[in-house]
Amino acid sequence: MEAVLKSIFSIGFVFTILRVTTPLLYASIGVAISNQSGTVNIALEGIMLFSAFIGVLVSALTKNLIISFLIGSLAGISFALLLGYFSMKLKANIILSGIALNMLASGLTVFLLYLASGDKGVSSSLNSLAFPVVHIPLIKELPYIGKALSGHNLLTYLSFLSVIIFYILIYKTPIGLRIRAVGQNPNAASSVGISVFKTKMLALALSGFFGALGGLYLSMGYVTWFGRDMVAGRGFIAIAASTIGGHKPIGVLLASILFGLTNALAIYFKSLRVPSEFIELIPYLATIVFLVFYSLRTKEDK
Amino acid sequence: MRGFILKYFDLIRVLLSISIGLTLAFIIMFLVSDNPLLSIRSLLIGPLASRSRLSFIFETATPLIFCGLAASIPFQAKQFWVGAEGALYFGGTLGTAFALLTRFPSGLHHFLLLAFVFIVGMFVGLIPALLKTRLKINEFVTSLMFNFILYYSGLYIINFHFRDQAAGYLVSNAIPKTVLLAQFIPRTRIHLGIIFALIAAFLVYIFLFHTKWGYEIRMVGANLSFAKYGGINVKRVILYSIVLGGALAAMGGMIEVMGIHGRFNWQASPGYGWNGIMAAIIAGNHPLLIIVTSLFISYLITGAQIVNLVTDIPAEMVTVIQAIIILLVTSQAFLEFWRHRLIVKEAAKDGSSS
Repeated sequence: MEAVLKSIFSIGFVFTILRVTTPLLYASIGVAISNQSGTVNIALEGIMLFSAFIGVLVSALTKNLIISFLIGSLAGISFALLLGYFSMKLKANIILSGIALNMLASGLTVFLLYLASGDKGVSSSLNSLAFPVVHIPLIKELPYIGKALSGHNLLTYLSFLSVIIFYILIYKTPIGLRIRAVGQNPNAASSVGISVFKTKMLALALSGFFGALGGLYLSMGYVTWFGRDMVAGRGFIAIAASTIGGHKPIGVLLASILFGLTNALAIYFKSLRVPSEFIELIPYLATIVFLVFYSLRTKEDK
Repeated sequence: MRGFILKYFDLIRVLLSISIGLTLAFIIMFLVSDNPLLSIRSLLIGPLASRSRLSFIFETATPLIFCGLAASIPFQAKQFWVGAEGALYFGGTLGTAFALLTRFPSGLHHFLLLAFVFIVGMFVGLIPALLKTRLKINEFVTSLMFNFILYYSGLYIINFHFRDQAAGYLVSNAIPKTVLLAQFIPRTRIHLGIIFALIAAFLVYIFLFHTKWGYEIRMVGANLSFAKYGGINVKRVILYSIVLGGALAAMGGMIEVMGIHGRFNWQASPGYGWNGIMAAIIAGNHPLLIIVTSLFISYLITGAQIVNLVTDIPAEMVTVIQAIIILLVTSQAFLEFWRHRLIVKEAAKDGSSS
């Protein structure tokens, strides 16, 4: 126990938090953007999984990171647009079509993985690329925090930058204004000539883009392979994180770090003599506990 | 003809969705298989080709029917509880523990075990249900989280307390003979569980369509405000619809252990819960139709596994087909233009004839 405590109060721990927060942060931003327009992006889990796979596949085929990034993001965006099309144009219940799309991603990725690599578990036989690790020149030299803040994957830095992009997009651009207007009162928005369908689709596309970044990070940064169902519920945890963060930039950032912190703790607890099954369930249990606290607090406020 | 189509429009829509899903599957097979005709034949006729394969359809349908029923009750109330997978797994683990720890004569042991598993499942459903009614926390997210929590808890219980040390992989000790379900058709593994599943489907049908509680559930699902206005205790309805769902899924898990394997042997979650949810959605959450859709999905699963064996196409194709069918079946506007045109023509005909 002492050893674990010691390692928790170390620089490496901060490094781990940032590392495991990255995919959650992307996903939570994705959920938050679609929520601002009044749609819950239930399919985010599938979006992340699909992009994670497409990124690995394209990078193995083309050996080009930029192309992998672009096609991986497009994969996520098109998946999100499918959710919008089915729920809005074809009037399907959004949760049911979300369940179907998540299943589709789960089945399709394993199907394609097998065709591409002959393996149904992991893509290790595919020679896929990873996004580069960045050492920041000045910060790297700083005592203590230098080691925690420098040397992360490019996509980790981009994820924290995305919070600012999310803020500017939603609060400082005409697009953001339209998204918020549709989310707060679709009838009022449509009465002043805003197309509710187009705006919601745009928000979903943005949501799919950020979800895709989360997926790409998982398979081309966090680890360097694609594994069956590797998103492991992060898309759903993000729905909880975004709710707790009030679907707003700072809230989403703090909530994601809170979830990241729990995941990092779970990783560090692995050195204790606790059955690994208990360690594995921590992130999911924590999600429920946080939702309960959040709900109790908002209840008191009323 | 037009009148006939309009009368059975929902059924035709579902059948058309299924045909589109299957057609897509054939196209995929033509694109990727070295021997597409063999693949298609294996998928369609393969499951009927031998006694053991035919038997496999019914074996697999048994837990699917239970999980489909489990999903249908909350879905009828428009409560998107998707915890069947976790409830099935946890029902199987705690049931196995109960079977290994207790000694009763056969018959009584069956009854006590299934009663115990039923209660376990009720508690599994109770937590997300209470979180929904007391704290307004979305049941969809919490039930998904519980799927993971119950999976790892179940794995821990088997791994650390009931593991068969002699076996080379993670399985529980064999459960006593006093709780096994008889396999009653020679040279198959079809067991009494399928009878239980059919009875359960019938009981759920009676419950949903011929009792006050079932009426309240369907009322809450059809129109929440109207149900509230009519004096229905909505919170209570949400609570018991999800609690019953948990209980049925848990039963499905334990019955599978009692009928097929005689021990707990799921190292990974078997996916019956999700397939059951698919069966419920295609059946429009109608308990008796769930029997048919479960058999259909089970048929597809069997076919896909044969395709996987004899050709180069992975069995996961069936998940893709299912997802496409679900997308189309749930799309209320799908084919709506067609129905609209039919109604207009029908009305015009009526107008001119009278």
